[in-house]
Amino acid sequence: MLDTLGLARLENLYAHLPKEVLLDRPLNLPRGKSEYEIIDYFRARGAGNAAGYANFLGAGVYRHYRPVLVDTVISRGEFLTSYTPYQAEISQGTLTAIFEFQTMICQLTGMDVANASMYDGSSAVPEAALMAMRATGRGRVLVARSVHPEYREVLRTYRVEAEEIAYDRDSGGIDIGDLESKLDTRTAAVIVQSPNFFGIVENVKQAASLAHARGALLIVVFTEAVSLGLLEPPRDADIVAGELQSFAIAPSYGGPFAGVLACKEKHMRQLPGRLVGETKDANGNRAFCLTLSAREQHIRREKATSNICTNQALIALMATVFMAVYGKQGLRELALQNLSKAHYLGGKLHRLFSGPYFNEFAAVVGDPQQINFALGAQRIIGGLPLDRFYPELKDAMLFCCTEMTGRSDMDVVAAAVNRRD
Amino acid sequence: MYPENYRYTKEHEWVRVEGNIATVGITHHAQEELGDIVYADLPKLGANVEQGKTMGSVESVKAVSDIFSPLSGEVMEVNELLATKPEKLNEDPHGEAWLVKIRVTAPSEIEALLSAADYQAYVGAE
Amino acid sequence: MIKKVRPHPTQNEPLLFEISSPGKMGYQLPDLDVPSLDPIAALGAENTRSEIEDFPEVSEVDAIRHFTRLSTWNYAIDLGLYPLGSCSMKYNPRVNEAVARTDGLAWIHPYQPDSRSQGAMEITATLEAALAEITGMDAVTLQPAAGAQGEFTGLLLVRAWLQSLGNARRRVLVPDSAHGTNPATVHMAGYEVAHIASNARGMVDTAALERMVDQDVAALMLTNPNTVGVFEEQIGDIARILHAKDALLYMDGANMNALVGIARPGDFGVDVMHLNLHKTFSTPHGGGGPGSGPVAVKKFLEPFLPLPRLKRTDDGWRWDYDRPQSIGRVRAFYGNFGVLVRALAYIMAHGGDGLKRATLDALLNANYLRKLLEGCYEIAYDAPSMHECVFTDRRQAARGAPTGAIAKRLIDYGFHPYTVSFPLIVHGALMIEPTETESKLELDLFAEAMIDIANEIENDPKLVLKAPHSTRIAKVDEVAAARRPILKWRPPT
Repeated sequence: MLDTLGLARLENLYAHLPKEVLLDRPLNLPRGKSEYEIIDYFRARGAGNAAGYANFLGAGVYRHYRPVLVDTVISRGEFLTSYTPYQAEISQGTLTAIFEFQTMICQLTGMDVANASMYDGSSAVPEAALMAMRATGRGRVLVARSVHPEYREVLRTYRVEAEEIAYDRDSGGIDIGDLESKLDTRTAAVIVQSPNFFGIVENVKQAASLAHARGALLIVVFTEAVSLGLLEPPRDADIVAGELQSFAIAPSYGGPFAGVLACKEKHMRQLPGRLVGETKDANGNRAFCLTLSAREQHIRREKATSNICTNQALIALMATVFMAVYGKQGLRELALQNLSKAHYLGGKLHRLFSGPYFNEFAAVVGDPQQINFALGAQRIIGGLPLDRFYPELKDAMLFCCTEMTGRSDMDVVAAAVNRRD
Repeated sequence: MYPENYRYTKEHEWVRVEGNIATVGITHHAQEELGDIVYADLPKLGANVEQGKTMGSVESVKAVSDIFSPLSGEVMEVNELLATKPEKLNEDPHGEAWLVKIRVTAPSEIEALLSAADYQAYVGAE
Repeated sequence: MIKKVRPHPTQNEPLLFEISSPGKMGYQLPDLDVPSLDPIAALGAENTRSEIEDFPEVSEVDAIRHFTRLSTWNYAIDLGLYPLGSCSMKYNPRVNEAVARTDGLAWIHPYQPDSRSQGAMEITATLEAALAEITGMDAVTLQPAAGAQGEFTGLLLVRAWLQSLGNARRRVLVPDSAHGTNPATVHMAGYEVAHIASNARGMVDTAALERMVDQDVAALMLTNPNTVGVFEEQIGDIARILHAKDALLYMDGANMNALVGIARPGDFGVDVMHLNLHKTFSTPHGGGGPGSGPVAVKKFLEPFLPLPRLKRTDDGWRWDYDRPQSIGRVRAFYGNFGVLVRALAYIMAHGGDGLKRATLDALLNANYLRKLLEGCYEIAYDAPSMHECVFTDRRQAARGAPTGAIAKRLIDYGFHPYTVSFPLIVHGALMIEPTETESKLELDLFAEAMIDIANEIENDPKLVLKAPHSTRIAKVDEVAAARRPILKWRPPT
């Protein structure tokens, strides 16, 4: 090949670069390792992370069983090593799966249109807020303090002017009076999460009617997708922004996950991100392709709905396989198991809030650090001390139970907490 | 090709004024450049538009083009047909596929627009 | 002659909803070890749904056949050369997949105490350090979820730094050859876009730059090598012009795979840049994500990086939240950790020498293809190519077959098309990037296919215009899809 190019050495390929930009030494990195050494390195790093412990953490990342079929499917090179399906004729596999994904997200959320996925829940929220601001022509949003604290931080980073709505100290849901008093004609949207950060199921209907009465949109956020197997979907929302990590996506220290952005039909053209649509090929056969692309950055550039360029195709595919494997009946049963487990432990502890809850709840425990220290000795990662995000909740912890949480571990937790009461 | 009783902009819009109402559309040349048009984003009823300022856009599969209002005024009517049949913009851009009707607030602005002959020469040279 | 492929039957497959039948299931759940609750009693009737309407019900076998059949309708790197320019479709080593699934890594909860997450934190710190060495920058954040979010983060850093000096300024300069994400990002970061023209060699016009940079300009966003695959030879002057006015040089690292081991942005005046781990560092594209878009900066921007930051203490690694000048979080948690693991595995497998060798092979492959194709296709700019080469369809379009048609015809020859009609500054662009992955055998097959197509256009352009001929579905009607959008399945009425 060098002969074809008439070059003596590989290094001549960049001889035209200005001398002063060239690196005059080798990169200071360890020499290349064999496959075995690499696996060994990561296995050793993995050993120090409480592998095999029972774990009561939720708060936006949930431990659910991952059916074997999920990795089987996404490990196929045709899914794993393909690019964004711009060339429809040789990408029907990915396109069909995304179309199924969009359909199932609509069925779960009660929305009319869902995009092909966002980076994660936390970035779906500001995108939803920006959508609402475009749709209403208004400049600010109200966000419940019971929305995931890190999502709220991301909202601020995305330059969205947001005012917070308090939570009700009894129920753990939004403080309706506070919402009413802060809603005005500048409000583009009200953002609530259900189940919220404390695990409480919010009254979406009431929030919607208050927002709509002032001409604002309602954005409903979810972090625990399994809840949708049992909970009434947020049909009264205008936009739904959520996180699909619960659908067979490993916790993986916080990513990669996949976000959901879905909306009512009339906001379809404000949706950022990719969309797959049904059409026909030249012979009249059903086919799928990326569509409504003129909203996107590669065509509309600085006037695009967002700069987002990827979806999380492979992660969304995991969720799609998960939804197919569980199906209508399985997702309900899975949700029911989560509900039953959490209420088993919730029944043994002093819960902080009275509102209905799904698979996590806040409990008053005295000294959270001390409890977690004691549980650690029994190979249990305890709950999340809530003062990390809510300084006023010093003595409370957030516990999550899923279908993977065993009764005996719950009994250990209950004993450890109650001993100190 | 380009009706004599219309006036034109260099951004490829046409306007037909009857009394104080102006009907606005995109030209044959514009639709040809864009290719198959899939969507027209039009201003809302009652919106105020300004000569030379963006009032919407038309999209093909791979491109998007802003629509600049040829005259200033208030939007009195929006062509509902385009919501369901955007292809009319390719088929009949100077007729059935008009975009909006505007109540003109500054009639003298029309002086700045091109005649059919000037526009024809302009796109011929482009 | 078409050498790489021949027809092969693929299975038809309806949608999940169409193969669904009531009562089928593909899951097993263990028996509940606690009392089962009545959901209406626990949650209230108003909060409980009776069913998920129209949700599918299939068996495990139905499910695996469904997705396996769909998979056979895709092209993939595992099937051959994927010459998408600017996308760097290189081989995705499978050891990366294996290590990302290590139990002790895949199941770490982000809120586990730092003391029980040390392994994950060390991986993160090691990758940060490796990327800093590769780019010649001083500090790296791994938080951004993708390249576009990295760009956004980078511009917020620029804004925060300028603000700390008293004025965030108004404009960001973007070359007309840039990716669409650049201007879209500028807008999201609250700046106006000012376009800067390229010169006759496809590079930034430094005279124009000199005129445009003033006290209102915050930064220039520059891809280097740029989107025509050419190294910006005036990069030193570009940096000097910007810095003289306290404006910053942002580098879009989409094409960093052309530089690893031979030149470092930190050494040629770049202040802030992002990397795409799914391009340069081989993490799989997965049909369009997940990506990861680390941002690397010079020392003076470090205080503004997203929080939290890793900090080494006597007790090991800690996440540091006490960063008053930080722009805040750009996403929840610490980044796409699973992608970071894969990228570090790639860097470890190569080492410094191996990474440089990959760069050289990528340059070699691109220049080899350029040489083979130059006789049939017109090169867009004369300047020497780095890791990709950009042609124009001028000759072929004159015969009635533009770049889009040539691309579709390539499918019949068993290849994925190159990048079509980008960059915008090249009329009818064919943008070809083979990456270091490809052997001479595959490159020769590809070049032969391109040359055959050029001959077909001379003799029978219709054949090319109607392509593809051999795919399981014929040309897809994208116009109909956009005119009357059908974005989900509906039950037949």
